[in-house]
Amino acid sequence: MKYVDEFRDPELGRALAGEILSLVEPGRHYKFMEVCGGHTHSIYKYGIDDLLPESVELVHGPGCPVCVIPMGRVDDGIAIAQNEEVIFTCFGDMMRVPGSDSSFLEAKAAGADIRMVYSPLDALRIAKANRDREVVFFAIGFETTAPSTALTLKRARAEGITNFTCVCNHVTIVPPLRALLESPDLRLDGFIGPGHVATVVGARPFEFIPADYNKPLVVAGFEPLDILHAIQMILRQLAAGRCEVENQYSRIVPYEGNPAALKAMAEVFELRPHFEWRGLGFISQSALRLSDDYAELDAEQRFSAPGVRVADPKACQCGEVLKGVIKPWECKVFGTACTPERPIGTCMVSSEGACAAYYNYGRFAREREVV
Amino acid sequence: MEITDDENRLAKVDVAGVQRTVNIGLLDEDGDSAAPGDWVLIHVGFALSKVDEQEALATRKLLEGMGEDYEQELEELRGSLIE
Repeated sequence: MKYVDEFRDPELGRALAGEILSLVEPGRHYKFMEVCGGHTHSIYKYGIDDLLPESVELVHGPGCPVCVIPMGRVDDGIAIAQNEEVIFTCFGDMMRVPGSDSSFLEAKAAGADIRMVYSPLDALRIAKANRDREVVFFAIGFETTAPSTALTLKRARAEGITNFTCVCNHVTIVPPLRALLESPDLRLDGFIGPGHVATVVGARPFEFIPADYNKPLVVAGFEPLDILHAIQMILRQLAAGRCEVENQYSRIVPYEGNPAALKAMAEVFELRPHFEWRGLGFISQSALRLSDDYAELDAEQRFSAPGVRVADPKACQCGEVLKGVIKPWECKVFGTACTPERPIGTCMVSSEGACAAYYNYGRFAREREVV
Repeated sequence: MEITDDENRLAKVDVAGVQRTVNIGLLDEDGDSAAPGDWVLIHVGFALSKVDEQEALATRKLLEGMGEDYEQELEELRGSLIE
């Protein structure tokens, strides 16, 4: 495929791996965080960590939209879905996320009308086809996805569709990064910046990382060569004593982002004072809700939900995985009690979750290594 | 890409050989929008960004250049006969 195959060339991959090796300072250990779950997925899928010198360690970040949804939000969604008149819609990878009693999939099996959609526009179409029912869309995602929800809500209002509402769980990427950088138990040398979030917000919002925390960040694409190239660019910065935001993914990411998307978000959403992240706790101004102007499309206003905070299961270490403190296989329940078929924690559910990616692609290599 | 419903900003795009309808409203900027022939990045049914062909070529060229340096170094290494 055009603009994809060009960035999967194995010859160039080997050349880049050689470059990376030549840039590594002997005796120094490097820890780079890939912020985005999409990168985590690519890294395991293509075995990118196997191409890196041992001294370059990749640490997984919090940028997996499904992984960061706390149990209480799933419980609230299920409570809404159990209303007789409701058709509840959500993305497929949300279906298996465990709540305190059940997941959406289990609630569906128990009789709730819960449907999987690919796009928020599909949910709107269902609302138009079922005017006697209430259609609720459970919106998740970072700034990558929030503009699509915003445009869908704008269209619902423009078309006068009154039986469509949204549970807004959209989150923003900068506050959790700042929280991670403030935490003393994680020492990082640089960041692989989230390419798809940057498509919307641009590269500028990440400038605080070099400015305030003195660490380089390179916004990267998702093909194997993109990720290797970004690592090489970070190492080059470190070798030259530079520290800045660079954009490796310039074919997709304009430095200033997508103005139409930002405008739609600003029109429909406003910041929540605080929001709970699974494993990370409450982070202030880290999520979006519908603005007062759009209150009539807000499912949280139309339906009552428990809104209770539910503690994560004791055995689950998703919080540590999301903060990059432990690797997936270091979690006590990884691959035993917690598998993609029967997940305990969110990181094992989504294909962008570090645990699921590692379980699906990486674990065999490690097993061989241990033997 | 072919615009099928201008009012709702819907367009038909070819995704790896399959025709799909996506919304292109997020590419509308002052006096600019997606046009037939553009390559776009699609996420949850919306075109999120246009692929900048010049930048794609430039990045690829840069990577190739890197490959050449490395290959040349290997070539030189092979040519070296230190005893």
